[in-house]
Amino acid sequence: MASVTLEKINKVFGSTHIIKDVDLSVGEGEFVVFVGPSGCGKSTLLRLIAGLESISGGELRIGEQVVNDLPPRERGVGMVFQSYALYPHMTVYENMAFGLKLAKTAKETIDERVMATARILQLEELLHRKPKELSGGQRQRVAMGRAMAREPRILLFDEPLSNLDASLRVQMRNEIARLHHRLGSTMVYVTHDQVEAMTLADKIVVLRDGRVEQVGSPHTLYQQPATKFVAGFIGSPTMNFMPAELMEGSASGCQVRAPGLGELALPQSGDDQRPGAGLTLGVRPEHLRLAEAEGNNSFEIVNVEYLGNEVYVYLEPKAGDTLLIHRSEAPSRWKVGQRVALVPELEHVHLFDGNDKALALAKQSQAA
Amino acid sequence: MNQYQLIKLAKRVGLYALIAVVMVYAIFPFYYAVITSLKPSSELFRVDFWLSSLDFTNYVQIFTQKSFVRAIVNSIVVSLSVVFIALLLGITASYALGRVRFRGRTTVMLVILGVSMFPQVAVLSGLFEVIRSLNLYNNPGGLILSYTIFTLPFTVWVLTTFMRQLPMELEEAAIMDGATPWVTITKVFLPLMWPAMATTGLLAFIAAWNEFLFALTFTLTDSQRTVPVAIALISGGSQHELPWGPIMAASVTVTVPLVVLVMIFQRRIVSGLTAGAVKG
Repeated sequence: MASVTLEKINKVFGSTHIIKDVDLSVGEGEFVVFVGPSGCGKSTLLRLIAGLESISGGELRIGEQVVNDLPPRERGVGMVFQSYALYPHMTVYENMAFGLKLAKTAKETIDERVMATARILQLEELLHRKPKELSGGQRQRVAMGRAMAREPRILLFDEPLSNLDASLRVQMRNEIARLHHRLGSTMVYVTHDQVEAMTLADKIVVLRDGRVEQVGSPHTLYQQPATKFVAGFIGSPTMNFMPAELMEGSASGCQVRAPGLGELALPQSGDDQRPGAGLTLGVRPEHLRLAEAEGNNSFEIVNVEYLGNEVYVYLEPKAGDTLLIHRSEAPSRWKVGQRVALVPELEHVHLFDGNDKALALAKQSQAA
Repeated sequence: MNQYQLIKLAKRVGLYALIAVVMVYAIFPFYYAVITSLKPSSELFRVDFWLSSLDFTNYVQIFTQKSFVRAIVNSIVVSLSVVFIALLLGITASYALGRVRFRGRTTVMLVILGVSMFPQVAVLSGLFEVIRSLNLYNNPGGLILSYTIFTLPFTVWVLTTFMRQLPMELEEAAIMDGATPWVTITKVFLPLMWPAMATTGLLAFIAAWNEFLFALTFTLTDSQRTVPVAIALISGGSQHELPWGPIMAASVTVTVPLVVLVMIFQRRIVSGLTAGAVKG
């Protein structure tokens, strides 16, 4: 177990700058998830920690030790790959023992550690099989076992579940979470799936174009996204965005007008915004209520999706072409073609300025 | 209905007839060599398609010649050495060319391919000088050197293509486990590359085993010769007699090991040769 500290980490491939000034600290025993759209640099960041890529600038510390120039085997990290990358010609036992053998560990110790790891991952029955005789979930477990057998200080996961089918993914996600509770080891996990990130992480790092967009607990990211990007990325179905205009802003709150919704009094501080500024209003699908259409507040229902436990209602927006989504418990009385009014829950509305930064909540309402 | 069946039958007959033609075309020369080798020299010029009697005098004759037995030993030593050296260099080179990124990698690959396109005769005199200056004239070492030059390009190309197809993550997993490049090659890649190595190794063996021009040029005495040259130089009782019987017996003798090797490795050869062709 160890902490990981990244200070102004940069990575440049030829003329492309992939990782830009990333600062991050991963505490001992913490489960940190890197999440972001493809090409945001999350895998590269993981590979920098693993030592599979060289660091172009900045400092990487594992524990108290600067490891920038250490080869992977001396960093004390174990890695689980997306394709598992098991050695096809070796049995499960040999796969897990390979790293220990190369480290010239005594035979009894190797045996002990492999057996202990196999017990944790329930691989004891499979030790003499070759990878090709295993199912996807079993291979996944062997890949984790191989990474764990050397008792690394940090475990790294590179999209480990993306090769599994949906139901197995949920099951393995659970196993990884339980493994973390049991071992208490430091884990860094990369995924593009925000559900995996939300369910597994102690701390989520949202990356975008090689920069850290926001770091925080799943709860923080969901309740207080720092930018419009994070707000749109976390949560499913995604947050609804509508253009809005600032009417009047003060330190204690602001008045905003959005087409269709009319004037809303919101708890965000509009202190540093000029009246008339263009803002973006964000509301999660579950924080909208539908009511009978009334005057200008009238949106057409274009589709209704029934999911058994809940219902998604899609509405034609007043501006832009992304449909608005409303989510409620099933059953629902709304039908396609109806016109309805939208009533957002004001305490759950987010506001973003012209640079897509979230407006902070006003002081007194935060205290309330 | 009836007509349809007839057409089907005709097609089938045609197929087998075609197969028969191809078989005869491919096998007849070798078959005739076997037959000739088993005939006494008195019957040599009577055309028979079937063997009437077995006569092993030709075989006895060549195997009692010391120089021929010696030539077989030379051939085995030379061919095995060529295979070993070519595979060793080929594997390490293919790791560098297939996995390590460096400037001029494509150029190196093209130069290697270009070298293999020169006909042997073109480099014969140059190579002769090289071998003379290395003191390898009339020495199996000279043959090993020159054969390796000609088998290496092919070996490197096939193994590089194969190496490139092995997943990158496999190597990275080995790196994470603390493997050096040499350990990665020997413990992780080598076991996965057997089909490709069997193929290239066998083709290198056949090339070295059958090579004639260099063997003729770079050797002088009977004790250093390889089999193809030894066969060519088998002479009869007089200047006007070509000893067909012993020549055929020798040819059959040296072909048998190749046939056996191909039989053993044939499945691997197929999987090795197609390995580069189709993804997945």
